[in-house]
Amino acid sequence: MLAAAGLALLRIRNLFAVVMLAGIYSLLSAGLFTVMDAVDVAFTEAAVGAGISTVLFLAALALAGHHESKPGHTPLLPMLVVVMTGAALVYGTIDLPGYGDAANPVHHHVADHYLEESPHEIGIPNVVTAVLASYRGYDTMGETTVVFAAAVGVMLLLAGGRRSRSRTQAGGEAGEEGDGE
Amino acid sequence: MREEVVVRVGAKVLTPFIIMFALYVHFHGDYSPGGGFQAGVILAAAFALLALVYGLDAVQRVLPPWFVRMCAALGVLIYAGVGVVTMLLGHNFLGYDALAHDAQRGQHYGIMAVELGVLVTVFGVMVSVFYLFAGRGRREP
Repeated sequence: MLAAAGLALLRIRNLFAVVMLAGIYSLLSAGLFTVMDAVDVAFTEAAVGAGISTVLFLAALALAGHHESKPGHTPLLPMLVVVMTGAALVYGTIDLPGYGDAANPVHHHVADHYLEESPHEIGIPNVVTAVLASYRGYDTMGETTVVFAAAVGVMLLLAGGRRSRSRTQAGGEAGEEGDGE
Repeated sequence: MREEVVVRVGAKVLTPFIIMFALYVHFHGDYSPGGGFQAGVILAAAFALLALVYGLDAVQRVLPPWFVRMCAALGVLIYAGVGVVTMLLGHNFLGYDALAHDAQRGQHYGIMAVELGVLVTVFGVMVSVFYLFAGRGRREP
């Protein structure tokens, strides 16, 4: 179903349908995360991917119109790049240890300590929260700062453009002509 | 969408429950999946729903843009402030053991406090980005 939704996303040119399908895609992958026992990630995916970003896409769609124009070039060169990158990635996965293998190195670095000691050291049942906010508190602070910085960037881009536009409109006809390009 | 009675009433009925659920996700993050980030997104979604149904002006009267921008900065400040407080109490930066006599309880308080910071930032960021996107089209004819 994920693959079907992805393919449909590629084919459909009506952007409203694309936005809806992207939301469905997010919801499906949230289901996939739940099946893989990553409930926290699934929660985030459902809330952000299927919820907020669909709304943001809809708001952007109201500005940009509902139809995607056909690409002006042949898709052969991008196709070649994508296939080669994909092949390199698949080649890379050959060296990865088996999925879900208990002897994987990632399960024996610090994970043992987190799983065994967090009930005594932190005292809360949800290990994900314990790792996120306490053991990896610095990282989460960095993430919060990144979210804030991203918002500042968006504000500078969107709000700044609006201000300069109103200034050019106040400036008169010449400003509007320059704006039309 | 402003004329649809079902949508209007539905949004009005749902909003308090969505906000309640966001708070539940935040304060129950220790015991069940969820935490500050998810709670912030759900809280922002509640106001996005209201804005979609009742229009941007109605929501911005309750939640002015300067307020959500301040929220975005305030959250980072809360998070870093917890770190500074633990430092002033003689522990490491973000060493939550300092926050109470019992180390476990201190961890509990610390996690709640920093997750609150994450919630405030994420809520402020999401709502202000939504405001920017939704408000942009209306200024230009």
